[in-house]
Amino acid sequence: MISRKLFSIKDRPQNFYMLGSMGLASAIGLGAALARPDKKIIVLVGDGNILMSLGALATIGKMSPKNFIHIVLDNECHESTGGQNTVSSITKLDIIASSSGFSNSQRVESVEELKKVMKKLLNTKGPSFIHAKIERERVDVPRVSIEPPEIKNRFMKELTKN
Amino acid sequence: MNHKEFCTLLKNNGFNFYTGVPCSILGNIINHLSKNKQFAYVPATREDEALGMAAGAYMGGKKPVVLMQNSGLGVSINALTSLVLLYKFPILLIISWRGYKGKDAPEHILMGKYTLKFLRSTNIPTKILSKKSLEKQLGESIGIMKNQGKPVALVLKRGVID
Repeated sequence: MISRKLFSIKDRPQNFYMLGSMGLASAIGLGAALARPDKKIIVLVGDGNILMSLGALATIGKMSPKNFIHIVLDNECHESTGGQNTVSSITKLDIIASSSGFSNSQRVESVEELKKVMKKLLNTKGPSFIHAKIERERVDVPRVSIEPPEIKNRFMKELTKN
Repeated sequence: MNHKEFCTLLKNNGFNFYTGVPCSILGNIINHLSKNKQFAYVPATREDEALGMAAGAYMGGKKPVVLMQNSGLGVSINALTSLVLLYKFPILLIISWRGYKGKDAPEHILMGKYTLKFLRSTNIPTKILSKKSLEKQLGESIGIMKNQGKPVALVLKRGVID
């Protein structure tokens, strides 16, 4: 759902839209960050996605890529399938991240706070984590209309530019 | 061929990002990859996480290898279908074959029986590694990955690589 929203707000070749493989965004971002330490990698996921593979946070903490920022938009539900609750209402994801070895980890509860923290973390050595508590919002967003191999190819082209 | 020679063979063929989850059959190979920083082996917590990392690393210009036990193939089905095959990621998979011919610990028997069927049913090009033709099999695999943008599975029985 976050991919769809990002696509509809502002599509750009620097966006990799993960259409399937729910739970693997953190790992994909880690692989990209390790392969290109000179590029800033930002992984944007929901609470459902990150809860599927908390183990990846341990791997990120251990590998400790300095160019890596992980943002979780936590609305405590699976929005794309109709708003079924996840268990994140009591999960302190920011603490899981910091105890997994992330260098910076912060929980934010407003857009202003998110902007401020984001600005700071863009210029701080990572890995960094932002746990953003957000409200539920049921809106229809069209699907990403780019073929998956093309999503990959254009992102790869951007990522491998010197 | 011993495990050190096999790792060198992979390296000489351009593979430069290694991740996975161990198996006793892969033990020597993964120990060697981990000990030598030139290989840049990243231990994953799960096999699908390894596939996600490999996909990310590929987009950063790396040539990735994922090593796993065949039990991990079960964990990986969604990552393979909705990420690796969908986006056409040419990732080299080295999958150890526990439960071969039904001779193994009970937890390996069923997956041992279904391993090749799983790979065939998802149309992943598969080669059962043999002592005599390792180099040839690797060369053919690289060709398939390059021309078809597909992953290739190399299935490894105990005793083929010392």
